[in-house]
Amino acid sequence: MTEETPVPPESEAAGEVPLIAEVDEEAIAAACAAAAAENDRAVDAELRRATRRGFLTMGAAAAVGAGAWAFLRSRPLVSGLPKPFQSALGVTDRVAMSYFKPTRLNPEYPPSRVTRARVNGGLGLSANNDPAAWRLTLQGVRGGARVLTLDEIKSFPRRTMITEFRCIEGWSTINQWAGTRMSDIVAAFPPEQESRYVAMETSDRGYYVGLDMESVLHPQTLLAYELNGAPLTWQHGAPLRLAIPVKYGVKNIKRVGVIRYTNVRPADFWAEQGYDWYLGL
Amino acid sequence: MKRLERKHPLAIRWFHWINFPLLALMIWSGAMIYWASAVYRLFGLPLNPPQKVWQKLHMAYRLADGMSIHFFIMWFFAVNGVLYVLYTVFTGEWRYLVPNRRSFIEAIQVTLHDLHLRKEAPPPRKFNGAQQIAYTAIIVMGLGSLLTGLAIYKPVQFAWLGTLFGGYQGARFVHFWLTAGYVAFFVVHVGQVVRAGWNNFRAMVIGYELHEVPND
Repeated sequence: MTEETPVPPESEAAGEVPLIAEVDEEAIAAACAAAAAENDRAVDAELRRATRRGFLTMGAAAAVGAGAWAFLRSRPLVSGLPKPFQSALGVTDRVAMSYFKPTRLNPEYPPSRVTRARVNGGLGLSANNDPAAWRLTLQGVRGGARVLTLDEIKSFPRRTMITEFRCIEGWSTINQWAGTRMSDIVAAFPPEQESRYVAMETSDRGYYVGLDMESVLHPQTLLAYELNGAPLTWQHGAPLRLAIPVKYGVKNIKRVGVIRYTNVRPADFWAEQGYDWYLGL
Repeated sequence: MKRLERKHPLAIRWFHWINFPLLALMIWSGAMIYWASAVYRLFGLPLNPPQKVWQKLHMAYRLADGMSIHFFIMWFFAVNGVLYVLYTVFTGEWRYLVPNRRSFIEAIQVTLHDLHLRKEAPPPRKFNGAQQIAYTAIIVMGLGSLLTGLAIYKPVQFAWLGTLFGGYQGARFVHFWLTAGYVAFFVVHVGQVVRAGWNNFRAMVIGYELHEVPND
């Protein structure tokens, strides 16, 4: 604010004009106060406008967000999840599958790092506790289905690996596996038509997993008959189970009875309960 | 005399307020995942409330649900965070946010002041040293969450990343404690916002802060 020269009072105009007009400090202060009050009123008004606008915008955005969330959560369930969340898993899986490379391996550990294997469930282990009666049936094979004995599977080169077994729950153990590479089995018994998937079932058909062919052909995917230096125990899936450390533990199906090549994405026990189908690590 | 001063740019306010529900959803769904194997301890006490409490909160037996939410929201959380960082870089806002050599001394002074152990008030800058350290640390933590998250989510494809954090379980450990860090940050942050008052809080919504300046 600039100081204004006050107008001299009338009475002095008649007489001698003073060289310097008497400064009316009170008038200046009053003018300043009035101007400040005017400014403050304008600022208050502007602040009220901005506050109203800001909070209304935020409230509207919050309502839109909450509404969108409620809508997404209320969609019908598909395999245990609201449809948009199931679809989102599918999108994320496609990204993951396009990034997957079979040359990327699990780190391998020295024998000193091996931990006790943990038993975390007995799904699919109900029937057929006679290992001698056990057979593996391969379906979708060129030239017709094949039935293999344990000895036939053991006749392929024996592979061992010490890798981390990661449960979807969060814990992990380090286990030594010995078995036959799935890629050797697929090479010896190729699919009758190009197959993008492999379905596996326990002997009693009580548990089943679906796998993508790329993961099945991964060099660290074994049909294992030994765990931590000893033949598989009954609880760990004797006589033959899948060891697939590029997947969570739930895909490491025990006591495999049926392996089927297919071009239709196979059913998967836990995927039906809302878990991701792919579960690739 | 009153004056409105610009404080927080529109974009930063949006990034901030969008991040709030996203991070809340990430922590909530993350807790449902943690429920399945709640193994960590604090001061010797297991960080695992009784099953009844989990059930009361509707967070028990929801591992699959929690994962599907976590892997859905993660995209939005990551994109919002990356856009925020790019914004501060390209507009120069980072200059207010990133600590400098003086920030650390200043942060101690601010903390002492807040604890009523020191008279002098913090400098009247947009962000004092303590804030600069906190607001930069939280971004570094966010990056840490993304990287450890990726190391847990795809531990074979990103095995090299896992190695960086001490393996799969190491990455999982860091991922968990970073989250605990967000909760601690949240408590202090909200406390400080309450202390600082309405004018300061309103500025994060409308962008302007009301100042009293001498008449000129």
